[in-house]
Amino acid sequence: MLDLTVIWAAIIGFAIVAYVVMDGFDLGIGILFPLFKVGKDRDTAMNSIAPVWDGNETWLVLGGGGLLAAFPLAYSIILPALYAPLIAMLLGLVLRGVAFEFRWRDPGHRVWWDRAFTGGSAVATFAQGITLGALLQGITVEGRAYAGGWWEWLSPFSVLTGFGLMVGYTLLGACWLNWKTEGGLQRQAVTYAGRLGIAMLIVIGAVSLATLTLKASYQTRWLAWPGVLATAQIPLATLIVTALFYRSLTRRKDAQPFFWALALFGLCLVGLGISIWPYVIPARVTIWEAAAPYRSQLFMLAGGAVLVPVILAYTAWAYWVFRGKVTSEGYH
Amino acid sequence: MFDALDALVLARAQFAFTVSFHFLFPAFSIGLASYLMVLEGLWLATERGVYANLFRYWLKIFAVVFAMGVVSGIVMSYQFGTNWSVFSDKAGPVIGPLMAYEVLTAFFLEAGFLGVMLFGIDKVGRKLHFAATCAVAVGTFISAFWILSVNSWMQTPTGYEIGANGQFLPGPSWLAIIFNPSFPYRLVHTVLAAYLTTALAVGGVGAWHLLRDRANPGARTMFSMAMWMATIVAPIQIFAGDQHGLNTLEHQPVKVMAMEGHYDSHPHGAPLILFGIPDSAHKRINYAIEIPKASSLILKHDPNAPLKGLDSVPDADQPPVGIVFWAFRVMVGLGFSMLGLGAWSLLARSRRKLHDWSWLHRAALVMGPSGFVAVLAGWIVTEVGRQPFTIYGLLRTAHSASPLDAPAVAASLAAFAIVYFSVFGMGIWYLLHLMKKPPEAHETALDGAPIRTAGITPAPAIEGGE
Ligand code: HDD
Ligand code: HEM
Ligand code: HEM
Repeated sequence: MLDLTVIWAAIIGFAIVAYVVMDGFDLGIGILFPLFKVGKDRDTAMNSIAPVWDGNETWLVLGGGGLLAAFPLAYSIILPALYAPLIAMLLGLVLRGVAFEFRWRDPGHRVWWDRAFTGGSAVATFAQGITLGALLQGITVEGRAYAGGWWEWLSPFSVLTGFGLMVGYTLLGACWLNWKTEGGLQRQAVTYAGRLGIAMLIVIGAVSLATLTLKASYQTRWLAWPGVLATAQIPLATLIVTALFYRSLTRRKDAQPFFWALALFGLCLVGLGISIWPYVIPARVTIWEAAAPYRSQLFMLAGGAVLVPVILAYTAWAYWVFRGKVTSEGYH
Repeated sequence: MFDALDALVLARAQFAFTVSFHFLFPAFSIGLASYLMVLEGLWLATERGVYANLFRYWLKIFAVVFAMGVVSGIVMSYQFGTNWSVFSDKAGPVIGPLMAYEVLTAFFLEAGFLGVMLFGIDKVGRKLHFAATCAVAVGTFISAFWILSVNSWMQTPTGYEIGANGQFLPGPSWLAIIFNPSFPYRLVHTVLAAYLTTALAVGGVGAWHLLRDRANPGARTMFSMAMWMATIVAPIQIFAGDQHGLNTLEHQPVKVMAMEGHYDSHPHGAPLILFGIPDSAHKRINYAIEIPKASSLILKHDPNAPLKGLDSVPDADQPPVGIVFWAFRVMVGLGFSMLGLGAWSLLARSRRKLHDWSWLHRAALVMGPSGFVAVLAGWIVTEVGRQPFTIYGLLRTAHSASPLDAPAVAASLAAFAIVYFSVFGMGIWYLLHLMKKPPEAHETALDGAPIRTAGITPAPAIEGGE
């Protein structure tokens, strides 16, 4: 029998990557928002993501829904364990999601909706980072249920990953604006991207080292001989990609820095995979223990195999429709 | 123990609160997306400006409604895990795939084409733009299909097996799970409800503008379209509701006992209690106004058929009667009022006075929000009537909740209440503001001047022509 569990782990992994790739930059723009001049610049930044943010966020729904469907046990342990950050994330997403529409409806209160946009984006990003950190540091499980308190997620490490993700998403946001805008706003975005690239490198280093101290199993994963020959490629690649990122930025490329920044994220996620595979809840629940029965997985795979490529195709089409530089008057 | 109970009550309150808010928006956007599809289609077919005009007018409203539906929906998809983790673990293998299909077939479709629908008309041309509008409309329907299948499975579970670890597992046929016995009824009834809700809201807006200016062509057209819809759909909805009730009698008789207020069994024909005050402590209906034997007539098509009451069910398996009883009467009462409004508009139409009878317009204005009330009342009947189970007869609500501390749930409930009331409160205010403005002639200009000049697109600049 084909191991559908591994396939489903890959699909969920893909949904997470797709989510980070697509929603990361629009959350990042939300965080950077107050730094842009009120008026034209802010409108342009907002316009560059307005047609796509809803589709981007749907990957988050697929991540959550897919987890429930393919790994119900993991879903039902992780969500209560991360109760407070997840609720905060949801409320943050509510605030920023409506701000897209509301700021145009109510010019008198636009400042407030702009603040809601920034606040919501920042809270949602920070909470996602916390979630990641809390998962890595481990969750208390008893039987088939979460058994920790409602503050277990909070630790210096999870706060570090929270801020780390904020740095990462703002880097993506700055690169996106460099790609999609022109003039003063673009120059501003380039400056930010330059600074955030360094910050990103520091954050990656800090989180990586801190991860090694969390669990002995992480150390053996990364450092044991001869595996280290393979795992050492990841930090090496990170440095190379960072160099390429800066090269494209100094050469004033529009799109390239964005893709190099995405590559950095990709490497982080590979690193994450190395640390936790084949667990969904590190050291406690493996993907096979959490998996839904074969019939559930097969039923979804049948549809997913057809639908995901179709979705990617029309998503790409929607991005294509809105290609090119944006101005405060929308696309042209 | 006391603590656990508290957390449970709070979790229930939180679910009810967030889902009630959520459903207000889909109820409107399912109907509105179809209405926009019809308007754009009519415009393409007839080239009449008034349709393009109305399309633009309602598109602005749709954008706001849809945004609120999406963000409140994302909350829902995580609530299952945060607040009902035991339920999720047990039912995940069965309902999870259905919800995943909803994401894959509906949410992506809606979201993928929404951007083009809202901002893309001058980029892709009219035909392709119409296709995008259709995709969004179809997406809303598919979304309703899957989520209602999930909900119906929780009401009338079929096609499952119980695993060694206590999980519900899918049986050999997914069709038996998807098309569970209450699903076809619930799908028809809920989608019709969305259409009615939209028709009444559109009719209310049309009526408001007719009361100020009977000559406004946009207001005339939308009022006429809405009244046709109400006239046709209201009777179908009443019929569908009746059929739904008969189906419920077959599969969830206890819920019907609560709806009807039948505390006692009636071996020789049960009365239809029109009104009265349920008194659960003494298990009776005070001040009841009843029609003898009518309930047996409706439910069994025989005035003397015996009907069992709640006295035949252990106390621990009974839903709260008062809420179900009242919510049911609110829904049915509004259903008949809608029927009345439709008939009245038909009369006016036959006398060629549809746009002239201001009392009709006043009535339509008052009935504008009634669809939302009926929809929520209907859901309350369905959901509260299913208590004390989450999976009917199999898994109790008390055994479904997450192992959370009461303060955590209380704090999050408070946060939800504050954010929802302020954010969606403002959103509803903006909607009313948009509706207050009459549809104007220059809204026609869909192609020459792109829609975004009307402010749908995030563009403050007004381009030439306005
Ligand atoms: C997919 C499933 C699903 C769907 C579509 C709905 N619900 Fe529900 N509802 C539940 C799944 C559920 C649940 C998870 O099963 C709850 C939580 C606790 C419970 O017993 O059932 C619930 C409880 C619940 C309660 C509390 C009942 C009680 O505790 O006495 C109310 C008032 C509602 N819901 C109202 C609604 C409304 C207004 C809906 C329509 C929009 C709705 N529900 C759709
Ligand atoms: C507890 C049950 C429910 C959950 C978990 C849920 C989940 C969601 C989610 C996650 C979204 C956002 C999708 C996106 O990102 O684009 C959404 C939107 C939507 N939902 Fe729900 N939903 C529930 C109940 C319902 C019901 C009962 C209906 C209709 C019968 C419905 C119809 C829709 C529609 C049409 C949308 C699109 C947005 C809109 O129209 O406002 N949902 N829902
Ligand atoms: C007067 C005629 C009506 C009758 C006899 C009727 C009957 C019913 C019944 C028996 C249920 C509960 C089904 C169950 O849970 O087992 C129900 C639910 C519901 N009703 Fe009605 N109804 C009527 C009118 C309306 C109207 C006018 C609306 C809205 C515009 C509406 C919206 C709903 C909704 C949204 C539900 C919950 C979903 C469902 O279970 O189908 N109903 N109705």
